[in-house]
Amino acid sequence: MTTAKPGTEARRAWMSLLAKSAPARLGALIGELDALPDHSWLRPPEVGGVMLRGRMGGTGAPFNLGEMTVTRCALQIASGEIGHAYVQGRDKDHATRAALVDALMQTARQDELRRHVLDPLEAEMTAAKARRAAKAGATKVDFFTMVRGED
Amino acid sequence: MYVAVKGGERAIENAHTWLAEERRGDPTVADLSIAQIREQLSLGVNRVMAEGSLYDPDLAALAIKQARGDMIEAIFLIRAYRTTLPRIGHAEPVDTGAMACDRRISATFKDVPGGQVLGPTFDYTHRLLDFALAAEGLPAEAEGAQPVEPEMPRVTDFLNRDGLIQTEAPGDETPPDMTRAPMEYPAGRPLRLQALTRGDEGFVLSMAYSTQRGYAKNHPFVGELRVGTVPVEMEIPELGFSVEIGEVTLTECETVNQFSGSKTEPAQFTRGYGLVFGHSERKAISMALVDRALRWEELGEDDVGAPAQDEEFVLSHADNIQATGFLEHIKLPHYVDFQSELELVRKIRAAAQETELKAAAE
Repeated sequence: MTTAKPGTEARRAWMSLLAKSAPARLGALIGELDALPDHSWLRPPEVGGVMLRGRMGGTGAPFNLGEMTVTRCALQIASGEIGHAYVQGRDKDHATRAALVDALMQTARQDELRRHVLDPLEAEMTAAKARRAAKAGATKVDFFTMVRGED
Repeated sequence: MYVAVKGGERAIENAHTWLAEERRGDPTVADLSIAQIREQLSLGVNRVMAEGSLYDPDLAALAIKQARGDMIEAIFLIRAYRTTLPRIGHAEPVDTGAMACDRRISATFKDVPGGQVLGPTFDYTHRLLDFALAAEGLPAEAEGAQPVEPEMPRVTDFLNRDGLIQTEAPGDETPPDMTRAPMEYPAGRPLRLQALTRGDEGFVLSMAYSTQRGYAKNHPFVGELRVGTVPVEMEIPELGFSVEIGEVTLTECETVNQFSGSKTEPAQFTRGYGLVFGHSERKAISMALVDRALRWEELGEDDVGAPAQDEEFVLSHADNIQATGFLEHIKLPHYVDFQSELELVRKIRAAAQETELKAAAE
């Protein structure tokens, strides 16, 4: 992980959230927004593979684990801001929407985007994770030891 | 001699049309959707992703449908598709310590911090056919309880604290990639792990089983087995920082192996490691056992001549696409090869006959 100028941390967070969101859900939330700006492509959506790595023994030196499909794109909206997206899978519309939100988050509309797109996505993702963690929790073993009554 | 090498186009076309019809089966039975395969045959999807070496559940589901459920054919389709993808780059090594675990068990420490979390497992089922599944209906939703910790501590870390287990040397060197360069032997552990994680589940299982049955026994305990999701983080070159670009489900197995010490190493526990795409426990445990068996040399153990100790043997036979490609090609036309063999056998027989006749005449 590398970090650059301030503001980077926030951008990392929203780009990560957008990449991990369900394509249909992001599409639905963006569909409710008014007047989305036109954009021109700096890099039209492109599907490729990213090699994932693991570490030997979980913590040691890296090894190649296998690839994952990823779609990336870069666009510029009419007001000049540039949006980037790298998202898992092969959905070009999903990458486009993620890049569009990335660009809009750099404009005066960021509060609107935060409220209507990012916050709901984050809340839903957190809730889904919590539901899974709770189901896992219900499968945690409670051991009890039989007392043999010898002493 | 002239041997026909062209022809059969119409027969091939008709065979493929019939294949498509047979694939569909009885048209009065509902067609399977990709989403149904992805959601309801998810462990099959996981296997195709792991051995196809490409994480994409929808593509793996499509491959299973196209292959009529033939897993190796499906893996073949994914491998072929993978070669058409431009390589965008590589991700940071995944942090399995931060895995959001659905399942996490230890066979060595009953009271492991974080607990024994069974998750959605086949273990402890009675392996009786459930005829209720033949009828339609939704199962009950799983119970919820106090959520598991967001990060489970590693079992091997506890042993490590007392120096009772071998430490994993950290590092950040670029690992070799068998999809980019031909295999060379000795391969080294990073390359071995890459080959094992995409290797055939049946083959890796049998190799692991052979070590349990005594061919290079290494006394494994499952120190820890965890299944869950980890984020995938990648440095974005045009931005100069890294972002999470997705999330994958992985299965990780760390074995703790008895080791009485050698000329170079003190008596301590040693480790085998398995990490596989998807929920793939059998494969992850098998991988860890074979990884440990292949480490005999670095640990100063004896080469007992067991197959699982032979790196070149294991790695060059673990890939089911290479294996099936070479095996199945022999059913394709070999008319020219065979004609020459036929000629040869006829000549040898004719020569032998001539010698016999000569001997009889004398």
